[in-house]
Amino acid sequence: MLEIKNLHASIEGKEILKGISLKINAGEVHAIMGPNGSGKSTLAQVLAGRKEYVVTSGEVLFEGKNLLDLSPEDRAREGIFLAFQYPVEIPGVSNTNLLKTAINEIRKYRGEEQLDAMEFLTILKKKMKLVEMDQSLLSRAVNEGFSGGEKKRNEILQMAVLEPKLSILDETDSGLDIDALRVVANGVTKLRSKDTASIVVTHYQRLLNYIIPDFVHVLYNGRIVKSGTKELAFELEEKGYDWLKDQKELVEG
Amino acid sequence: MSSTEVSTIEELANKEYKYGFVSDIEADSLPLGLNEEIICRLSAIKKEPEFMLEWRLKAYRHWLTLTEPNWANIHYDPIDYQAISYYSAPKKKPKLDSLDEVDPELRKTYEKLGISLEEQKIFSGVAVDAVFDSVSVATTFKEKLSELGIIFCSMSEAIKNHSDLIKQYLGSVVPYTDNYFASLNAAVFSDGSFAYIPKGVRCPMELSTYFRINAANTGQFERTLIIADEGAYVSYLEGCTAPMRDENQLHAAVVELIALDNASVKYSTVQNWYPGDKNGKGGIYNFVTKRGLCKGVNSKISWTQVETGSAITWKYPSCILQGDNSSGEFYSVAVTNNYQQADTGTKMVHIGKNTSSTIVSKGISAGKSNNSYRGQVKIIKKAENARNFSQCDSLLIGDKCGAHTFPYLEINNSTAQVEHEATTSKIGDDQIFYLNQRGIALEDAINLIVNGYCKEVFKELPMEFAVEAQKLLSVSLEGSVG
Ligand SMILES: Nc1ncnc2c1ncn2[C@@H]1O[C@H](COP(=O)(O)OP(=O)(O)OP(=O)(O)O)[C@@H](O)[C@H]1O
Ligand SMILES: [Mg+2]
Repeated sequence: MLEIKNLHASIEGKEILKGISLKINAGEVHAIMGPNGSGKSTLAQVLAGRKEYVVTSGEVLFEGKNLLDLSPEDRAREGIFLAFQYPVEIPGVSNTNLLKTAINEIRKYRGEEQLDAMEFLTILKKKMKLVEMDQSLLSRAVNEGFSGGEKKRNEILQMAVLEPKLSILDETDSGLDIDALRVVANGVTKLRSKDTASIVVTHYQRLLNYIIPDFVHVLYNGRIVKSGTKELAFELEEKGYDWLKDQKELVEG
Repeated sequence: MSSTEVSTIEELANKEYKYGFVSDIEADSLPLGLNEEIICRLSAIKKEPEFMLEWRLKAYRHWLTLTEPNWANIHYDPIDYQAISYYSAPKKKPKLDSLDEVDPELRKTYEKLGISLEEQKIFSGVAVDAVFDSVSVATTFKEKLSELGIIFCSMSEAIKNHSDLIKQYLGSVVPYTDNYFASLNAAVFSDGSFAYIPKGVRCPMELSTYFRINAANTGQFERTLIIADEGAYVSYLEGCTAPMRDENQLHAAVVELIALDNASVKYSTVQNWYPGDKNGKGGIYNFVTKRGLCKGVNSKISWTQVETGSAITWKYPSCILQGDNSSGEFYSVAVTNNYQQADTGTKMVHIGKNTSSTIVSKGISAGKSNNSYRGQVKIIKKAENARNFSQCDSLLIGDKCGAHTFPYLEINNSTAQVEHEATTSKIGDDQIFYLNQRGIALEDAINLIVNGYCKEVFKELPMEFAVEAQKLLSVSLEGSVG
């Protein structure tokens, strides 16, 4: 589904991603871990098409298409969804309005019929249940005045409604209480299928108890320095990242 | 920024003003310049009664004693009032009762603007008094309205046929001594609309006028007078688009509204005059005096405006709350882009007891434009229990534009309750990216945010106007984010 080949990206002249290669097949969940500032969010944003990041070399194929040629909105319409680490507030635009606009834009791109208000609400109600979200948050402006946990839950609601092929969750677990974590993780798990894939960025092994990854990668200083299965997450939890730092050749490549 | 993005943004920024075309109708005009003889000729062409000419001349003589105001937060080259022709009319005057006789050129012009008079007449139930240049060329629904005793006609007709009402009310809210541009207007106004709603009548349809400025170098001086007699109600729509021109064109209109006991007048404007090109060349100077007088008890006047056009806008629709328990409202969206300048706002003058006023102003600045809100709330000494609520928000798109707020409060009665709220916000790249990531493209993302921001004002507009306003907003903000 997604193939990243030797991806380099920088911001304001500073290289952040220093050659990332990763292959993700449909049906798989890949966890990405790594210390603060290692480039996890940068990778997520580059995949989503944030223009502040400049791709200096490398290639990204999404279902055979050259992803880097597509605008951010077309990437979304192709089926890439990013749950932001820090979702922004958009005053004046209601959550419902955003979702309805988004789903219809995506459907338009795919040559599907526009949903009318009733059809949309039916879908929305179903997905609300999935993330156990309070009805009142729907009529409020997008993320405005939402608590940290509500914002994260809202990201998952959007994901559930938009039904992406590839979802990238950037620390969706941080800031969630135990119950919310379970709800969000269950939501993600329920949306899992053999046709979809996920990249889950997290600092905590506990999320991976709920969303069981097929692979775990450690991003360190702009590179994937170690890949493994879910056991790697336990090892990281126990030992931290220092032992990887000691592997000098990994750091300097 | 990727190269595809750069090119789309440039494309958007270069989109020409959609309604910028010049129609080929021959105009017969007065020579350039302004003096007493020109005013006499203007009045003669229009076959006006003597009292009107006298009024015009008094206004002109007063205007000569005034100097142009320069206190608004706007900048422009001095206007040469002698280089303007004060009258131009379509040569062929179609009969007012038959649309078929309207000049085909004019019909085409309307079609380009998306205004089909027949369709309006058949489908929407809107009576349209189309002002083309300075003379009304078509009026519909007149008979239906006259059955109810409603008078809806051009100002010229009203001067000839309803001189009692004109003598009583013209200049009663905006006297010819009011300000520089109002004096000029009183001296040279060419036409406009007149509406009178008799006692107890609720006008069954929205009255509407489309203004256009066409002949080059013709200053436009419209004059509108709307009177709602006791217990009457009327909703009036004013909408404008204008063709592209290189020279700056002056527009100095006057609108007077009068609401007697228990009457209410709702006046909505969607203004889309040529704002000038992306380098700030050309465009309309829009210096307007709009004022409503809540003369009777429990009367109400409500202004709603969506201002997207003009190079320069200088406009403060106001309410004089004279009757006890009267109320005034002002809902405004003012958009400026490129080099546009707008200095708008309102004035609420509380005179009667228990009067209330509401001000909701939403300024949007993009490009290198400047947008100022100037609002005055004045509560005189004997105005017991006056209430005012003001909310003035500014939205910035990009970082080369400016927003300024100048609230003036003058409260002379301690029972007054006055609330003022103000916010300034900016459409951030991160908000745009967030919406992009949900599949929503740049322009739609901006529209979504802007429409959300303007919601409170749009909901005050009549339905069909609200839709038009949303479209206008998106056209005027095209290419505003880079
Ligand atoms: N706009 C910017 N200008 C300069 N440096 C930036 C900018 N954005 C990100 N960086 C730098 O890029 C590096 C990677 O940041 P990134 O957000 O990808 O880290 P992360 O792995 O997601 O960290 P965290 O675990 O704290 O979320 C950091 O050193 C950060 O300071
Ligand atoms: Mg991060």
